[in-house]
Amino acid sequence: MKWLEKQRYIIDFTLSSLLRRKTKNIALTLVYTLVVFVLASVMFFAEAIKKEASIILRDSPEIIVQRLAAGRQELVPMGYIEGIKKIRGVQSVRGRLWGYYFEPLAGSNFTLMVQEGGAEKGKIVVGKGILRSMRASEGDILSLKSYKGDWVVLRIMGALSSDSELVSSDLILISEEDFRSVFDISKGYVTDLTLQVRNPRELPNIAQKIKDLYPDTRPIVRDDILRTYNSIFNWRSGILLVIMAAAGLAFIIFAWDKASGLSAEEKKEIGILKAIGWETSDVILMKFWEGTVISLSSFLAGIILAYFHVFFTSSTLFGPVLKGWSVLYPNFRLTPFIDEAQVTTLFFLTVLPYTVATIVPSWRAASVDPDSVMR
Amino acid sequence: MIELSAIRKVFNSGRPNEFTAVDGVTLSIDSRKITVLKGPSGSGKTTLLGIIGCMARPTSGRIQLTGPLTQAVTFSVKGAAAEVTSLPERFLTEIRRRAFGFIFQQFNLIKGITVLENVMLPAYPMGEDFKLLRERASRILSDLNLSGKVFSKVEWLSGGEAQRVGIARALINDPAVIIADEPTAHLDTKLSGEFMGIVERLKNEGKTVIIASHDPIVFDAPIIDRIVEMRDGRLSGGPQQQ
Repeated sequence: MKWLEKQRYIIDFTLSSLLRRKTKNIALTLVYTLVVFVLASVMFFAEAIKKEASIILRDSPEIIVQRLAAGRQELVPMGYIEGIKKIRGVQSVRGRLWGYYFEPLAGSNFTLMVQEGGAEKGKIVVGKGILRSMRASEGDILSLKSYKGDWVVLRIMGALSSDSELVSSDLILISEEDFRSVFDISKGYVTDLTLQVRNPRELPNIAQKIKDLYPDTRPIVRDDILRTYNSIFNWRSGILLVIMAAAGLAFIIFAWDKASGLSAEEKKEIGILKAIGWETSDVILMKFWEGTVISLSSFLAGIILAYFHVFFTSSTLFGPVLKGWSVLYPNFRLTPFIDEAQVTTLFFLTVLPYTVATIVPSWRAASVDPDSVMR
Repeated sequence: MIELSAIRKVFNSGRPNEFTAVDGVTLSIDSRKITVLKGPSGSGKTTLLGIIGCMARPTSGRIQLTGPLTQAVTFSVKGAAAEVTSLPERFLTEIRRRAFGFIFQQFNLIKGITVLENVMLPAYPMGEDFKLLRERASRILSDLNLSGKVFSKVEWLSGGEAQRVGIARALINDPAVIIADEPTAHLDTKLSGEFMGIVERLKNEGKTVIIASHDPIVFDAPIIDRIVEMRDGRLSGGPQQQ
């Protein structure tokens, strides 16, 4: 009971001490919150985008076959499907119809895709990003200008619900007939082919056989996609690492500054407390609470601000750097995802060193003879 | 009774700037009496006060507490006399808190908090009931005519009021000994006279008072029981043993 009462007295005095040095402590809390905010934003963004990538890759076909003309992607004749089906080990081959449509009104590219059971003629199902950028809602009409110059009128039947907005945000599911009308593609062609194979270990062989059979094609196996994604995300992680290093450095300087100096007034106060009967451990306890109050409140504020920043404002502050490659994408919102282990790591990398940084100089000041205040 | 034997305090020992502040002082201080350590600046009064009040350890020599004072140290030492110089830091703090109350020359109040909080501060580490502690603090402040200033910030006080808050703080743990270092240095004649009035009251309440001062208002006061003169770290005006 006495122990509890003592803690209460010391916390009470700590809080009043914090209020006495209001300006200094508010400045400290702001800087601290900013550091945690930057670190947590970067961390949340990196984790969320990795999660998005894993969702995309989970549904990716094992092999995609594209046809090239002068090194650029070209439509694939339907006849290729039958040829590839005959290769031993190929389970199924399907033609895909998809493409990009630039919508000047939204200032962004939409991805049009034909999916079995996706939409009937004259109707479409769209991603949430499209609804936002076109300020449309279910039941509205969306007109797309075809490559022939006439308008294809489509009614929005619904919005896509998906784990990942990165995949679905700019997506329009459209009927095959409407797709061919918009892009003026004749019935004998598809955009590319997707393959399912019996034995994944056969993938390189099958890819080679396709290349031999149709030298104008480019088979892309899932590992290649994985590599591409990895290189994109790793490149971005590199930039993030630089930001994190800068923030980390700022924090070290900040903590060092705190660690190396107590003001003359603070030192005198510690001397007075010791002289009137406080033990060294009481002074350290007080400084521990002081450090904990500042670091914990800054940590929580930083984490909450970062959460809103990344998942509700689409990383407005770092967006141009982090999503530079997709400026023509409609805005997508990352699915909230928090890795507890990373938050814990961040906690130990910020709260712990700061608390230690506040205790060490106080311990040094508190271990001097209390009679120093008399001189 | 507090018995000092051959107390010596050396600062910066072994360095070129080595300085002996107290040099072989042997002294007995009676309980329930007012003792004044008199001497010019640099004579070692403050250092000796710090050593008596367990704020600093002597470089050599021993301090023994006897009589009623041993009650304050029974948690660590059993018997009629308690030798305190060899006790660990934690016990010295405990003795300082229970047995001694300090009144400083500069008042040493903590700015930004109220008079009441300043007075209660020495009792915080003991963790006693808040209501009881507040009542005691209010009563002591009222005895010192500070009832109207309980919730004032200490930086708003006059010199005399700040001095009385310092006295209230020294009394909060009901110590047996009050130690005052140059208590009248920042007070005018009238306030110094008032201070001596409070000291007399404390003596009548059974407190032992030890004052370091070179102010005639203090050492010429009729209530003083004994004057110990110091010069250059030694007791002067007689043999080293007094």
